[in-house]
Amino acid sequence: MNQTKGKTGSAVQTTGHAWDGDIQEFNNPLPGWWLWSFYATVAFAIVYWVFYPAWPVADSYTKGVMNTITFVDGEGNEKTTHWNTRSLLLKDMQEGKMAVLSHEYMNKVAAARYSEILADAEMMAFTRSMAKGIFGDNCAPCHGAGGAGVIGLFPNLADDDWLWGGGVEDIETTVRDGHFGFMPAYSETFSEAQLDDIANYVLSLSGQPVDAAASARGKTIFQTNEGGCYYCHTPAATGLKSQGAANLTDQIWTIADVNGAADLETKKERVKQVISNGVERRMPGWSDRLSPAQIKLLTVYVHELGGGQ
Amino acid sequence: MADAGKDALYQQRIAIYPRSVKGRFRNFKWAVLGLAYSVYFLLPWLRWERNVGPDQAVLFDITGRKFYVFNLVAHSQDLLWLVGFLLIAALLLFFVTGIAGRVFCGYFCFQTLWTDLYLLIERLVQGDRVARIRLDRSPWNANKLLRKAGTHILWLAVAFWTGLTFTLYWDNAPQLLVKWFTGSAPFAAYATTLFLTATTYVMAGLAREQVCTYMCPYARFQSAMFDADTRIVAYDEARGEGAQARHKINRELKSREQRRQQGVGDCIDCGFCVQVCPTGIDIRDGLQVQCISCALCIDACDAIMDSLGWERGLIRYTSETESEGRKSPVWRPKTIAYGLVLLIAIAGLVWSVSSQAPLEVAVVQVRQPLFVRLSDGRVQNSYELHLANKTDEAIELAIMMHGLAGAELDVGNFDALQLAPQHSLRVLARVRWRTKHREKGSRGFFLDVIPQQRRDIGMISAPATFYMPGGDR
Repeated sequence: MNQTKGKTGSAVQTTGHAWDGDIQEFNNPLPGWWLWSFYATVAFAIVYWVFYPAWPVADSYTKGVMNTITFVDGEGNEKTTHWNTRSLLLKDMQEGKMAVLSHEYMNKVAAARYSEILADAEMMAFTRSMAKGIFGDNCAPCHGAGGAGVIGLFPNLADDDWLWGGGVEDIETTVRDGHFGFMPAYSETFSEAQLDDIANYVLSLSGQPVDAAASARGKTIFQTNEGGCYYCHTPAATGLKSQGAANLTDQIWTIADVNGAADLETKKERVKQVISNGVERRMPGWSDRLSPAQIKLLTVYVHELGGGQ
Repeated sequence: MADAGKDALYQQRIAIYPRSVKGRFRNFKWAVLGLAYSVYFLLPWLRWERNVGPDQAVLFDITGRKFYVFNLVAHSQDLLWLVGFLLIAALLLFFVTGIAGRVFCGYFCFQTLWTDLYLLIERLVQGDRVARIRLDRSPWNANKLLRKAGTHILWLAVAFWTGLTFTLYWDNAPQLLVKWFTGSAPFAAYATTLFLTATTYVMAGLAREQVCTYMCPYARFQSAMFDADTRIVAYDEARGEGAQARHKINRELKSREQRRQQGVGDCIDCGFCVQVCPTGIDIRDGLQVQCISCALCIDACDAIMDSLGWERGLIRYTSETESEGRKSPVWRPKTIAYGLVLLIAIAGLVWSVSSQAPLEVAVVQVRQPLFVRLSDGRVQNSYELHLANKTDEAIELAIMMHGLAGAELDVGNFDALQLAPQHSLRVLARVRWRTKHREKGSRGFFLDVIPQQRRDIGMISAPATFYMPGGDR
């Protein structure tokens, strides 16, 4: 090989090639450890190709040999596939140490009665952490991560007012079968003055300082067949749970944002709007998406959110 | 490949064949090695009686997030102890280095210990220095293959047991051992064992002194702790070289009197000190970065001096100041400062460990939603109480509150809150309070966790905040 002077002045090997008469190429070989590490990665890659999915072939790919994963799919059938991370995750979710522990405890909770779960701090702690995920995946899009809901749209689950009943059985029915909350629109039925009277009466039920005369007129409409409000809201105005009718005597407003209004006029306006437009809210049932055990955990979780009955 | 001369990117390793030596420092090193290995290899097998938890004396349970060290059980909240322990280890290193130089490197470092063991295996299989050099130079034959392969197999066996032992600290040792060999241990166990097998084999068998010279950061930053009073292994140049130079013993230069007359020093240039050096340096060239202060050259030179009947100490532990004839004080501002900080750190850790709270309470505010208005107009805030029982007996707890007049506390319908031994629990607590008209902002109060029937544990009052909506109503 030829020798030439490098920049440092010391002799550097050249490849021996020459272009245009005098252009030469330095030969600076890679360090041995680097080269051998590189060969090792090449060897690793070849082994990898054999055992793992690697090369695209037409519309398929090489799947690797002697490297399969057996897991139980969504329908409960045992399936064996070539190695892939999706199946690996499924298998781990079924057979992993933590998954098995969690399933075991979940079965324990699922087998227990509600009264037993509610009286056991350990089971409650497990339910809270497990159901938080179920709630977040399925319920939070409407009811919010903490269950606070949206006034006018989705009920607040964190307070102590229950449109459809706050006992565990009631909550379980709600989660399983869903509900259709309905109040007819009265804009065609009542005149503006009548709407004003009813709004006054409704506000008076929860102790708002309203006009007594208007309130008395509104009471007549509410409590007689003229308005018929008492059918669902009951004569005491505490609401019929079987109809999902709101309790009008407490401080919680799920449709008209009375608490958030600055003055009485605005409050009245908001109540009137609900009466004239009506309410139509639908919550889907979850029995086809969630297992009975999941619904049970969710029931306890929701019951716990606001302090159920 | 390119020429390995001065243009090569990396310095070629010059093979080192350390010769075996006997002496007091060598004996001390064997003693340290024996002690360290007994602790390291046997500790996972030591059984320990506990009311709750595994019967292993030292076990680091990652999945359970508990760290058992004899009677001490460290929970994940006690992670700061690890910081304290590492701080003490670092300060101890500084302190010892300030006083006595690189004694850690020479006697206690695992790189030194494992390299010593590997050298011992090498010597037992292939013979001492001269035999090894001869074997390396000889052409490949059955004998060479057998000895070389034997050495590497033994090295790998030691490396494997080292790696496996480390793994045994993280699970119940006898069970894990069976699982390991029946193929049912967790992946992490195999990965850890094989990784440590590989590193032990490579570092102690192949890389050896290169780890200390090129890789170890500690070897480099130790120079910051060195000063003229630091103990180092040094060659007494004045005595060894004399007026002229060192010289081998020959007929004219046999007795010390003859050598004095000729101006020749006491060093007979036998080269024993160079041959025994595990890093392959000549201590007579002065202090070098490669020197790990293992003092084997002292043993070597002392042996020669003894055989000649001359006094020992041609190579000895000394300091720069001492070699100039003055005294080196042990307690200097630097060592006093290191010592003080070290004492403070030890005191701090001991205090922290000995005052481990038997019951730990943390209050986490539920922030989604921050507050809820209830049907009767009151406001509700929710809190998740994280309770941890760090004792070996169950604790029965009552939860109360104070600091918020007229507020109601609801922790669910439990008759009594039982906290199992070495167990933690999360409990949801709700506080309902009638806020004054339009009051907003927040109010501080206390959630009281009161142990029942346990007089040894006091009540814990955890501060919490009650948030109010304000404005509306």
